[in-house]
Amino acid sequence: MTSNTLTTEKTSYLPEGLPMPAASPDGLDQRFWDATKQHELMVQRCASCQTFQFGPEWLCHKCHSFDLEWHKVSGRGRIYSWERVWHPVHPALKGACPYLVVLVELPDAGNVRMVGNLLGDPMQDIVIGSEVQVEFEDHPEAGIALVQWRVAG
Amino acid sequence: MSDYTVKDKVAVAGIAETTYYKRGGAPISEMQLTLQAIIAAAEDAGLDPRQIDGFASYSNDRNDPPRLAAALGCDDLSFSNMFWGGGGGGGSGAVANASAALVAGYSKYVVVYRGLAQGQFGRFGQGTQAKTVSGAGAYTAPYGLMSPAQSFAMRVQRFMYEHNGGHEAQKAISLTSYAHAQRNPRAVMHGSPLSPEAYDGARWIVEPFRLFDCCMENDGAAAVIVTTAERARDLKQKPAYVIAAAQGSDYRQAAPAHNAPDYATSNFKTVAKRLWGMAGIEPKDVDVCQSYENFTGGVMMSLVEHGFCSPDEVDDFMTVENFRFDGGKLPLNTSGGNLAECYMHGLELITEAVRQVRGTSTAQVPNVDISMVCSGPMVQPVSDLILRA
Ligand SMILES: [Zn+2]
Repeated sequence: MTSNTLTTEKTSYLPEGLPMPAASPDGLDQRFWDATKQHELMVQRCASCQTFQFGPEWLCHKCHSFDLEWHKVSGRGRIYSWERVWHPVHPALKGACPYLVVLVELPDAGNVRMVGNLLGDPMQDIVIGSEVQVEFEDHPEAGIALVQWRVAG
Repeated sequence: MSDYTVKDKVAVAGIAETTYYKRGGAPISEMQLTLQAIIAAAEDAGLDPRQIDGFASYSNDRNDPPRLAAALGCDDLSFSNMFWGGGGGGGSGAVANASAALVAGYSKYVVVYRGLAQGQFGRFGQGTQAKTVSGAGAYTAPYGLMSPAQSFAMRVQRFMYEHNGGHEAQKAISLTSYAHAQRNPRAVMHGSPLSPEAYDGARWIVEPFRLFDCCMENDGAAAVIVTTAERARDLKQKPAYVIAAAQGSDYRQAAPAHNAPDYATSNFKTVAKRLWGMAGIEPKDVDVCQSYENFTGGVMMSLVEHGFCSPDEVDDFMTVENFRFDGGKLPLNTSGGNLAECYMHGLELITEAVRQVRGTSTAQVPNVDISMVCSGPMVQPVSDLILRA
């Protein structure tokens, strides 16, 4: 397995109590969430024209093929945008601010973007364009793993 | 094909709003607020409310037309319309839909309305309390990206990076709304002025937004009566003629999990093109503009995408001096808008645009001919309206 796991004492970046992802009842993103549990990052790709899309859809927006598959990516990304959150909008976040949310683009998946937290010091300087690497945050009780990011060393 | 347009064929003939309250402050129900606003708008137009035969709203308003028409005892209900999408993106769009219904002959008098009592129902500014989340929300909410402010800060941050500016522009937009609200007794922030120091010193909500970059949460209702130009001329008020109304969303703007290909945008690029095309005027012809402030950064991008200035000169163009009602190059948000008058989901921007045409604003721009509204930056779809005296 090429991906890292969290090495800090804290088991999760944000406190427990936030809504946890549940695979969509229609099955659209079951494969994505199954893969994160195995610490693999998957992006949907059209089998006909190889266009990537995220979040997944039932249809390729480029060629209208319904033949869509999941493609494992390296987990390397670039910070496309970011924000530092100071005001908690959920009871679980009281006392957890500030925290960092980043929007990461994946160059080896057609530059699709994913949201996650930027691990480490919430007051760290952030440079758009910086290279980041995925880390998976396990939530065994919820049967899920979140997709997190850390600036690449 | 000039036949296929609403231009000059319809007009806003009546406007009204209830008292505006802080969130949770309304002493009456949301439905009663809505009915009060509709009756007052009909009265303003000189119309019996029973003559209203069309209803148009947006953002999943809870007060549906069949129920309103029954409560009002309307003779007939010939148009019942909801503009899809969230936020304030449908304020002008609801007027556009009403205009289309009037030109098509479906209805004679359409009321566009919005009732909101966030104290009686859920708040927009709070995250979901559910234990799990599925679909597109599953890619954002677990990371603490849950509120509109958090959703839009990400876009604005990217815009500020691409164009190396925007802090001063956003500050000027906020100060302008608060300054104009001090002249407006309807405004919730009337009597609560905002200084540049207080703006700078306010707490962060989510970078790059400080407290006063964010809209309020309020209770209240507003309504406008739209009818054909001929009928409007027979009513009580000076008509505010619709010369353009446009709505829409650029390529894949609603792609899930922040994947819109053009990301640092207010989503007005295609809509603005249609708007100017229908109106047959240019940005320099606009006398006064009401631009929806969910967050100041959205106003900044809206003004750019309507062609008022280039994205690289926002901090130079967007100044308190240029936005003043008295002598500014582009008088902006003259009632105080969502930031300082009332978060009436942007319908208060349309009543203010009509007041500017009538000459009855509390921050009246001299000799207004062209009065413009931009509804709902950064949501999908968005909409625009241009009124003429
Ligand atoms: Zn395809």
